[in-house]
Amino acid sequence: MAQKIFLYPAWIRFWHLLNALLCLLLIVTGLSMHYSNPGALVGFRVSVQVHNLSGIILSLNYLIFLVGNTITNNGVFYRFALKGMIDRLFKQFGYYTGGLFKGEKAPFPINESRKFNPLQQFTYGSIMYMAVPLVIISGFIMLYPELILPHFKGLIGVFLTDLIHITMGFFISVFLIIHVYFCTIGHTTISNFKSMINGWHEVH
Amino acid sequence: MQIHRKILKESNKLKVLILGIFLFAAIGIYAQDTIKAKVYTNREDNAKCLKCHGQHKFSMTSADQKVFTYKMPSDYVIDTAAYAVSNHWNFKCIDCHTDEYAVTPHNQTLRFQTISTCMDCHGGDAQFAKYNFEKIESEFQLSVHSSRHNAEFNCWSCHDAHTYKINARNKEQSVTKTVAYDNAICLSCHANFDKYQLIRDTVNPNVIAKHDWLPNQLNHFQKVRCIECHALYNDSTLVSHQIMPKIKAVKNCVQCHSSNSILLKTLYKYQVEESRKKQGFLNSSMLSELYVVGANKNIYMNIVSIVIVVLTLLAITVHIFFRNKK
Repeated sequence: MAQKIFLYPAWIRFWHLLNALLCLLLIVTGLSMHYSNPGALVGFRVSVQVHNLSGIILSLNYLIFLVGNTITNNGVFYRFALKGMIDRLFKQFGYYTGGLFKGEKAPFPINESRKFNPLQQFTYGSIMYMAVPLVIISGFIMLYPELILPHFKGLIGVFLTDLIHITMGFFISVFLIIHVYFCTIGHTTISNFKSMINGWHEVH
Repeated sequence: MQIHRKILKESNKLKVLILGIFLFAAIGIYAQDTIKAKVYTNREDNAKCLKCHGQHKFSMTSADQKVFTYKMPSDYVIDTAAYAVSNHWNFKCIDCHTDEYAVTPHNQTLRFQTISTCMDCHGGDAQFAKYNFEKIESEFQLSVHSSRHNAEFNCWSCHDAHTYKINARNKEQSVTKTVAYDNAICLSCHANFDKYQLIRDTVNPNVIAKHDWLPNQLNHFQKVRCIECHALYNDSTLVSHQIMPKIKAVKNCVQCHSSNSILLKTLYKYQVEESRKKQGFLNSSMLSELYVVGANKNIYMNIVSIVIVVLTLLAITVHIFFRNKK
């Protein structure tokens, strides 16, 4: 029987589940609009409506994340010291690409005071504090295109805004693929998924 | 002797330089004169008409020399500034209107005379072959503007011959301005109760309310023309004149928002023909003024994104392999 630690309170699980569902909807409808053609799986108009609504809900959900991280100690897990960061990232990367296969112990095991390893801290922090805000801001600007500067440095404002939006959306999508895969690296293949439902992390 | 020869050589160089400057200046002046060469040969003839029709009031003198000033009906006022830069800028008024108008006050029966339409001048003329007026005429005959209205509805119902200026083929003009110009033609009836009532007994539909299904309505109205959705496009004319019944109007977003966007066959047809291309962008001819989600994509970015996803999945597969091997 694996040792269990309670890492994920209800509000985090709710935020995370909603975020995951909305991200999936946004990716499917976003791709559907980007590669829009007659006979597409999801129609353009439906994609626009679902994408807009999901984007607004995701933005509100992001507020929950920000407020939650401010009033609870969850925000602490996203902070990392710059000093020695590169070494820590390489150490964790080395474990994932070598030590893990040899059965070595994780260099930064998860516990109550360290919910994320250095690679998780860096990627989660980059996604949640850079990519997501950018995708939200550019998305809201796209909702009200009349507010966009018509031209910027010879390029169309809408085009530039959408470029930021789809680039960030793409990074988030790739992150999602890697994130889901890495979640299978737990005590068992599904233990990390279970922990995001019941809140209890099974120590690997 | 050598010094003298050197001075002579320098002096020749100076002469050549001065001559060059004069020649350059002369070419410049000639070129400027050529640009300014638009001479209004019918200014004086037209002035007789524009004296009244160029302003919003006119005066008449009675037999007892009393001067009466009246308001000129707005439909009979010619915007002389717009006329001067229009395509018909150097026409005499009586080229199209009967010279009986020379008599004032005009005989009221003159207004029953039929005025020439586009085809009367442009039809069958090789000089205007590229505009395909014959096809425009046949499209108009098939359009609801022809089938639902009487013979009074003609070219001039939409196009004002006095201010008509070529738009879609104007390289100097932005597509956005073409959109505004063309949409103003439609809205001059469809958003104007008084003018609409001239040809219909019904109240004109509210254009804004009728299009409330359109997301970002203002943006659509500013960026595309009414005819993109309401006219049946074809290959032989630049601007389709076959306005379809409303039931057949384009209402499927994907017809514009897709790789095979109809905007390339309508609004951006001229730009496509002129092959204005930007490296790597799909449907790049639009990109100078418009960005259409689904229609404009950067091909290189698409390829890079697919490669990144494939490499990610490949890395995961390799990782799974080594995990299972341990």
